[in-house]
Amino acid sequence: MRTTTILATLAILALVAVCGAPLVGGEQVSLGALWGDAEAGQLKILWTLRMPRVAVGFLAGAGLAIAGMAFQAMFRNPLATPFTLGVSSGASLGAAVYIHLGLAFSFLRIPGESWFAFAGALVTIAVVYGLARAARGASNVTMLLAGVAVSFFFSSMILFLQYLSDLTRTFRMVRWVMGGLDVVGLDSVLTVLPFVFAGCAVVLYFRHELNLITTGEELAVARGVEVDRVKFVVFVVVSIMVGAIVSMCGPIGFVGLMAPHICRLLIGPDHRTLTPATILFGGAFLVLCDTVARTVIAPTELPVGILTALLGGPFFVWLLLTRAGRGDWE
Amino acid sequence: MTFTATPILEIDRFSFRIGPKEILRDVSFSVAQGEYLSIVGPNGAGKTTLLKCLDRIYRGGTGRITVFGRPLNGYRQRDLARRLSYVPQADGRVFPFTVEQFVLMGRYPYLNPFSSIGCEDRRTVRQVMERTGIDEFAHRKLDTLSGGERQKVYIAAALAQGAEVLLLDEPTTFLDYRHQAEIRDLLAEVNRNSGVTVVAVTHDVNRAAMDSHRIIALSGGSVVFDGTPGEIMRPEVLQRIYGTPFLLVAHPQGDVPIIAPQMPREDER
Repeated sequence: MRTTTILATLAILALVAVCGAPLVGGEQVSLGALWGDAEAGQLKILWTLRMPRVAVGFLAGAGLAIAGMAFQAMFRNPLATPFTLGVSSGASLGAAVYIHLGLAFSFLRIPGESWFAFAGALVTIAVVYGLARAARGASNVTMLLAGVAVSFFFSSMILFLQYLSDLTRTFRMVRWVMGGLDVVGLDSVLTVLPFVFAGCAVVLYFRHELNLITTGEELAVARGVEVDRVKFVVFVVVSIMVGAIVSMCGPIGFVGLMAPHICRLLIGPDHRTLTPATILFGGAFLVLCDTVARTVIAPTELPVGILTALLGGPFFVWLLLTRAGRGDWE
Repeated sequence: MTFTATPILEIDRFSFRIGPKEILRDVSFSVAQGEYLSIVGPNGAGKTTLLKCLDRIYRGGTGRITVFGRPLNGYRQRDLARRLSYVPQADGRVFPFTVEQFVLMGRYPYLNPFSSIGCEDRRTVRQVMERTGIDEFAHRKLDTLSGGERQKVYIAAALAQGAEVLLLDEPTTFLDYRHQAEIRDLLAEVNRNSGVTVVAVTHDVNRAAMDSHRIIALSGGSVVFDGTPGEIMRPEVLQRIYGTPFLLVAHPQGDVPIIAPQMPREDER
């Protein structure tokens, strides 16, 4: 079947990206290093520097993509992204506060910046959900508007902090918001992994429900879906996952918006196949972007957040044009 | 034909409000197994709201609704979906699912999140698609279908749900004559041969009188008529429901009269 072919192709693409990317860089690593057939220096570069980075890149890409897919389906809104509900601005504010206060600590081998960012994300999730709840019923529009309002509020507070801070700190804040995958060691991988795993598991578990919700919430209820419960669980678990990713890598844009759309164009709107496709594509795409980001102006690195849209934008436009007429959103 | 069988849907002094506005007031009626019931009434009478309350798309309200002898609120939504299925009013927004994918979603109340869709579900879906005559475009996308084709797909998906009661919101309103006839035949066939109970909201009183066993009229949120087609087809009854004069004429094939469109007044022509 065609969908199986597409999924297999994406799986191979992801495998090639994950295995190939760590070999590329300032110091070329031979293919044999993947199974230990190389000198010690190369092995160290591969396993302590590049592999963790590629792994975090794949997890972050997959997680952001699946979050975008779930929010677009849940809100029946093509413009929804993992950041629409304010999670990333909350996290950025957390990081900005940390930088502004001039703190420097790490806990459980995770930098304090990430802890502050994660706390910011959690506060945002609670505030947005609380606002939507208070406005009765947590309807899609209320929820989106609450997210956008909170986003703007937090962004202004970040600007305020930047205005108050000295040049170095302001630069660190700006740089944080660009996003990057400059992680070191296995710890970062192990930190993000459970969150991304939980997010993907929940979305996969609710694949039938997401399908039905995209056909209309009332119809979904009529078919037996407990829509409010499903939306609540997906919102909370996916938002916390996004919070964890953003805390570690900064708000890397574009993947969450476009990866699901690209996959929908490739494989159709059925979440039974769209979900695995989006996980594979999002992960592979971010790994690819990061590989370019750290090699294109070597020895300096570009923040990957700059590259995702630069590389992905034209590709998306090309797909839109060649596959026009099968528009999936009214 | 009258139904003396035990009622499967009982609505007892049910009221429902959205915000400060009372949409339904003291609505009471019951539906018997195998019955074809039409709900008519002016715009804003609460017909659609009533259907949605029956399927618990809208929650709340006061009074009692009993479904197959059990209170509506005692059902899990999934179990309710095995008893009642709902065909919404056609709205333009559809996703490009294929017809088959969409009908398959009707099997949701029987699906297990941990396993893939089973043979039995696929068999049911195939049978339903053949029966409704949509199997020839099973692989087309929903957004490429005409209104009539789409309505058949929605009904097929509701049938795939395997429910004994079909709640329909204006199933033929936006369709041409041929598609109206096809949907009507389909509903009549399902009602007669499979004993599926049909509750349909409609604006077409002529059709309602010919297709249904019984008709209920809502106006301003209350039941203002509950009776047979012969009883509703009287000018004074219709005028009381709709607040406008009616002209009834004999139907050449039947004994229940039909509503004839009024001619424009002399000075307007």
